[in-house]
Amino acid sequence: MWLIRAFEESVSELVGTGEVVGLVHVSIGQEASAVGVCDVLEARDRVYSGHRAHGHVLARGADPAAVMAELMGKAAGLCGGKGGSMHLVDVAHGVLEATGVVGGTIPLALGTALALRETEPGAVAVVFFGDGAVQTGYFHESLNIAALWKLPVLLVCENNGYAEFTPRSAHTPVERVTRHAETYGVDARTVDGNDVVAIREAASALVAPLRSGGGPALLECLTYRMRGHYEGDPAKYREASEVAEWKAKDPVRRFASGAVATGELSAEDAAACEAAARRAVAAAVSAARSAPFPAASALTEDVGG
Amino acid sequence: MAETTYIGAINGALAAELRRDATVRILGEDVAEGGPFGATKDLAAEFGDRVRDTPISESTVMGIATGMALAGLRPVVEIMFIDFITLAFDQLVNQAAKARYMSGGQLRCPLVVRTSSGAGTRSGAQHSQSLEALLVHVPGLAVAMPATAADAAGLLMSAVRADDPVVVIENKELYFRKEPSFDPAPVPLGSALVRRPGRDVTLVATSRTVHEALAAAEDLARDGIEVEVIDPRTLQPLDLGTILSSVRRTHRCVVAHEAVRRGGFGAELASLVQEEAFDALDAPVVRLGAPATPVPVSPPLEDAYLVRAPQIVSAIRSLLNGSA
Ligand SMILES: Cc1ncc(C[n+]2csc(CCOP(=O)(O)OP(=O)(O)O)c2C)c(N)n1
Repeated sequence: MWLIRAFEESVSELVGTGEVVGLVHVSIGQEASAVGVCDVLEARDRVYSGHRAHGHVLARGADPAAVMAELMGKAAGLCGGKGGSMHLVDVAHGVLEATGVVGGTIPLALGTALALRETEPGAVAVVFFGDGAVQTGYFHESLNIAALWKLPVLLVCENNGYAEFTPRSAHTPVERVTRHAETYGVDARTVDGNDVVAIREAASALVAPLRSGGGPALLECLTYRMRGHYEGDPAKYREASEVAEWKAKDPVRRFASGAVATGELSAEDAAACEAAARRAVAAAVSAARSAPFPAASALTEDVGG
Repeated sequence: MAETTYIGAINGALAAELRRDATVRILGEDVAEGGPFGATKDLAAEFGDRVRDTPISESTVMGIATGMALAGLRPVVEIMFIDFITLAFDQLVNQAAKARYMSGGQLRCPLVVRTSSGAGTRSGAQHSQSLEALLVHVPGLAVAMPATAADAAGLLMSAVRADDPVVVIENKELYFRKEPSFDPAPVPLGSALVRRPGRDVTLVATSRTVHEALAAAEDLARDGIEVEVIDPRTLQPLDLGTILSSVRRTHRCVVAHEAVRRGGFGAELASLVQEEAFDALDAPVVRLGAPATPVPVSPPLEDAYLVRAPQIVSAIRSLLNGSA
């Protein structure tokens, strides 16, 4: 979690200096779902994400330097600099696509689950999306088909209460995303999205049946994004008290101090963990910085058609 | 001198239309909060639930807006990025665009779709496209592409007053471009504007590329080459007359746009010009547009992708040197 936190704090600074380009959405405050879910996944599993994808890709084990280089549009980036922040793909780590089209990867995860059931039984597909995506037709149509065909897919909704600048209450009268699962008889749980241990437990319980012919499942993580919707959004649409309330529930610090309190981790080790993450990110930044931009010929490569 | 921005002009035009006509409504994601670029800033405060936030449900929202229009309201739907109009294509293409025709003229569909288009912001392949050619291909839709704040306001006002669907394609790179303030007035759909007169070559350009064309014309003027820059302003209806009369004087025509060249609006225009004014042409019509690739994020690649003034300058030089 510290790696994701340190990485995105650095991204945020680099958006400021113009080194990281484009429309950038960080997940600061939401790291627990990426880590808790990916921790129960195996190398053979496949993951999809949306526009807020840095944490998911890093939690799958992507090289931070390659992710950073992608955000800078460098040739050494995960996608050769052509995809950028919203389109992180790392096939080697099972991350098949991240999309800027809200809800757009949900059907892809269903299709991958269908394929995996035939080609790699026991493997699962996972898709991360926000609560805004729950109002898309893709979500509802996918829930129906996934249930009908019993697909080994885990839908992970990171419910941070907002879609861009609009609160969830202005988007839907349905408070809990898991309510939608009831209609289709889909196994679903709502968890504290800032509690990585609870997320890990829930994900583990939901994924197990998927590996043995069951499915699908839905996990709703109740969380909050500490920064604006995108880097540069002043986020004037929320109360300072709300932000402060969630700040106190910071998932990264909470896990660290919890582990120290129970004696599972020494205070020194906890500090060392953070320091190591910050060093890794600093190294990633300097590697990405010194990497070259793609050659002009890259523009027309890999188009197809 | 007082100034206004393109986005400010859109905001002003929406407010004016809401005030003028009680049947006007606004729908879209975050519109009550002002929208991501500020097009609907402060409108909810003045007009209440006539400015309505929607969930991220483009397809259904386009259908709802169409249904409102068929029942006599004048909805203005915001599709935040033209890339997502693809989600709403069914309702737009199969319902809204055809309602009047299929009903034998019983129905009218006074629907306006506002959307943002264009690259140059490093926003990547799903937030940067120029998809106007897909829309122009659909009978029943009007398609406007304003290049200036005055046209952004004026074409939008005409779109709201039109009785058939109009898609107004705005340009993200132009949103915060400043212009001297003006009194907003409707600009008729189907009326091209000669933005710069010239006798040597007709240069037709759309949206952001109009400004590249004007910069290219300025550059070439230093060498005594006089370029006539024409901004069609609406691609459908198209004011072909203004373009043809220019070509008949200059005998040469270049069309430049930001969209992919292949299957782009330039192909349609080149065909029309050669069909209608073949005898007047001294050379084939030249088309400039993006290469047939998705839009890359990487700065040097995106910069190479976009048609900018220097590329227009060299294309015109080659055309005039007979090496086109
Ligand atoms: C189909 C589509 N419509 C609109 C947008 C613009 N947009 C980008 S993010 C976003 C809100 C997404 O909210 P949510 O799914 O809750 O994810 P979060 O940003 O909260 O992580 C919107 C409306 C988009 N990217 N795709």
